[in-house]
Amino acid sequence: MDTPKTGEFAHIGKSVVIKGELSGSEDLYVDGTVEGTIQLAGNNLVIGPNGHVHADVNAKGVVIQGKLEGNIKASDRAELRKSAVILGDIVTQRIAIEDGAYFKGKVEIQREAAKPNSPPASRPEPPLEARSAAVGGTPVTKQ
Amino acid sequence: MASVTHSFMKLFRGSSTVPGQGARPVSMTQRLTRRSSGLGAVSRTLQSEEPICVLDIGSTSAANIRYLTERGHKIYSEDLLEASTDPSLITKDEQGQMILDSRRFLADNLVYPPAQFDIVLCWNLADYMHESLVKPVVARLWSTIKPGGMLLAFFHTHEAGPDAPCYRYHIVDNDILEMQHVQARRDLRKGPTGALHTSIEKSFRLQRVFNNRHVENLFRDFGSIKFFLTRDNIREVLVVR
Repeated sequence: MDTPKTGEFAHIGKSVVIKGELSGSEDLYVDGTVEGTIQLAGNNLVIGPNGHVHADVNAKGVVIQGKLEGNIKASDRAELRKSAVILGDIVTQRIAIEDGAYFKGKVEIQREAAKPNSPPASRPEPPLEARSAAVGGTPVTKQ
Repeated sequence: MASVTHSFMKLFRGSSTVPGQGARPVSMTQRLTRRSSGLGAVSRTLQSEEPICVLDIGSTSAANIRYLTERGHKIYSEDLLEASTDPSLITKDEQGQMILDSRRFLADNLVYPPAQFDIVLCWNLADYMHESLVKPVVARLWSTIKPGGMLLAFFHTHEAGPDAPCYRYHIVDNDILEMQHVQARRDLRKGPTGALHTSIEKSFRLQRVFNNRHVENLFRDFGSIKFFLTRDNIREVLVVR
C-alpha cells in the first residue's frame, strides 16, 4: 500500500482539522489533523507525513508516515514508515516497520481464523527493514 | 529486600569477526553481529508454546517485534532512553543540582499493572540513562515483572571508554544480536550546568561504568543474578525476580 495518487483515496489535506468521528467505506489519506475516532472497516487508511491523528483507528490496512496517538486495529496489516511516530497499541494480522519508526505501545498479532482447505494462518510480514537488509547483506565485524 | 542468591561469572565465548574489519570506525548505519549468552538463556523461555508478555525498553526494533510476534508472544515497546531526553524533565534537587524528575518520568513511562511481564529486555539502558532515573526505573521494572520473570541488561566494563557507542539491539536468532548505533531523535539538550547532557552529536553518551558490586546493588531486590562476560567490554546480566 503505497502513498496514494489523487483520486484513489479520499484526501484530507494538511491544513484541515477534523474533530469527531470519521467513518466511511472508501480508502482515506490523512495529511491533516484528526481528533476522535476513525472507522474504515474494510478500507485502508494512510496517514501522510504531515498527518497528526489523535484517534483510535479501525481499518483494513493502515500505513503511517506521520504521527498517531491512539490504538490501531487493522484487520489486514499495519505499516509503520520510517518517519512514523506511534503512541498506542496495535492489533493486526501482519505488521511491517521501517527502520527509524518510533513506537511506544503493544503489538499483538491476531491470527487469521483458520478456514477449511486454506493454508495456515499468515505469519507477520517481514519488516521493510529486514527485507532491505536481506538484499544488501549485513557485514559481520569485530566489536 | 531479597538477597542475591546466585551469582557467578561465566566466560562468554566468541563474538563474530571478519578479518581486517575490527579497527574500522563504525558508521551510524552499519550493523555489527554478536553472540549473546544472556539472550540465549532468555530464548529458552521464548521458545515456550504459551504466549508470554515481553517488554523491550530499547530503541524501537522491527526485528525484535517480528521475532517475538512470530512466536505468538505479545511485545510492548517503549524507548526509555529517548523518553529521558525530554527537556521538560529537567528540575533541581534540594541542593540545587540539576536532575531529571523521576516521578514525572515514571508518570509518563513504564505505566503497567504489577507483574505484567515475563521478560524485560533492558539492553544497555542503565549505562546511558541519567543517574537520577536509573534506580527509580529499575524499581519500577521490578514491580512490572512477574515473580520468576527475567530481565536482560548489558553493562560496559572499565575498558570501555567514555565514547563507547550506544547501540540498539536487534534479535536475529536465539543467541545472535545485531547492534546498530542509536541516533537521538531530539536535538541536544542544553542544561545550564551541562551536566545533564545525555546525547552528543545525535548519539548518547556513556554516563558511568558499573562494577559487579554496583550491578548487584542495582538489582538487589531481584531473586537471582547471573553474569556473562564477553570479549567486547560488555557484561551481560540476567536477573530473575
